[in-house]
Amino acid sequence: MNKKDIIICRCEDVSLADIHEALDMGYRDFESIKRILRVGMGPCQGQSCSHLVKNEIARYNKVRPETIKIHKTRPLVSGVVLKDIAESDDDE
Amino acid sequence: MMNKADIVIIGAGISGLSIAYNLAKKGQKNIVVLDKSHFLAGATARCGAGVRQQWATELNCLLAKKSIEFFAHANETLNYHRDIEFKQGGYLILSTSEEEDKQFEKNVKLQNSLGIPTKHLNKEEALKIVPHLNPDSFTTATFCETDGHVNPFLMSEAYYLAAQKLGVVFHFFNEVKDIILENGKISKVITDKMEIKTNKVVDAAGGYAQDIGCMVGLDIPVFSENHEILVTERAPKMFEPMVMSFSKNIYCQQVPHGSILMGRNNPKAKHNHDISSSWRFLDEMAKTVNHILPEVAKQRVIRTWGGSYNISPDFQPIISDSSVEGFYIACGYSGHGFMFAPITGELLTEIILGEPLEYYAKALHMDRFKDMDKIDREHSVV
Repeated sequence: MNKKDIIICRCEDVSLADIHEALDMGYRDFESIKRILRVGMGPCQGQSCSHLVKNEIARYNKVRPETIKIHKTRPLVSGVVLKDIAESDDDE
Repeated sequence: MMNKADIVIIGAGISGLSIAYNLAKKGQKNIVVLDKSHFLAGATARCGAGVRQQWATELNCLLAKKSIEFFAHANETLNYHRDIEFKQGGYLILSTSEEEDKQFEKNVKLQNSLGIPTKHLNKEEALKIVPHLNPDSFTTATFCETDGHVNPFLMSEAYYLAAQKLGVVFHFFNEVKDIILENGKISKVITDKMEIKTNKVVDAAGGYAQDIGCMVGLDIPVFSENHEILVTERAPKMFEPMVMSFSKNIYCQQVPHGSILMGRNNPKAKHNHDISSSWRFLDEMAKTVNHILPEVAKQRVIRTWGGSYNISPDFQPIISDSSVEGFYIACGYSGHGFMFAPITGELLTEIILGEPLEYYAKALHMDRFKDMDKIDREHSVV
């Protein structure tokens, strides 16, 4: 199957060919690739693509996938600490 | 192996990238750019992606105007294979009181005198430009149609690739730990991975510019402060310009991608390197946008984040040499480093190469803060 037809990030429509091109250009970590291609920046916030991208980076760098850091998850996907909500009205 | 460089630039954010590119373009060789993290880990990638010329000080107006002139042709100038997404949808700045309107009157006069085509609008005229505005949330507005948007990631990549083509060497994941002086002159930069012999260092470290200054014994009068921002999911096109209000504390624009970015400041933010997300921001941001742009408030928020503003005493940048020979500074952008990047690179290159400077460039020197009574403060800031 053509790499251009293999969609890795469905939110932002990023293909496997795009990921490989970014790796070839020298972007070798998740956060850098995210900034160029927007992988993981859509509504699902990387919940579907992050492990696929991680595996591609690991394969390219010839290291084990568990050594590759994925992107930082942020609110609202990462959840919110209750104390932060409780103290948000404090006016000290 | 002992590394050597003619110039070491600390920070591969938009300022460092523009400086590296401009130096290399003028023939400077052996430029090394160091960054403590991955590509665009700092404030550049966290900014609101707006580029505006509507300021209250002459200096900021000039820096902005010259930068927009560069953005307009950046794809061709830098021979970029993607698109920096320069879009001139304008900035619509809302006034909410008579006092604010009077200040805007002055701002428009200043901007027009410098060739910036800002117009002072009444409520009906503003509503024609952004029909979604709540008419009860403002009184008058100013609009500059040549302000707009640039994609911070892709603009940075354009500079990065162009600089690499000109021979600039980048080392990511290299955190500068110390700068060694010999007889008052720069002699070496030490990172957590290597040492580089050099006589010239550029401090373009954004939120960490103060810390880098301390390494050579300089007390740069800037501090860092967290400013939060959020993004919605992609929406059909709702409005063209950046909508902004200083008094209501909001900036909000729909970027070409379709998502909507918005931010506001926290007057209680502490001076530190915090870039976390808070519930308070989400709460206040939601209420503010719901009041001013109720249709936008119907969109779903998908992510919030924070980034450092590096703030100077007059909310204008420091672009200058310093009392330490070979140490140059580009910091204190007070939230506007992205939109001023093109002129930053041009001016600091002129300073480093000892070329004659235009009058306004001299006003960016750090020494202006020796007499705090005389500084011209910028007030048009969120």
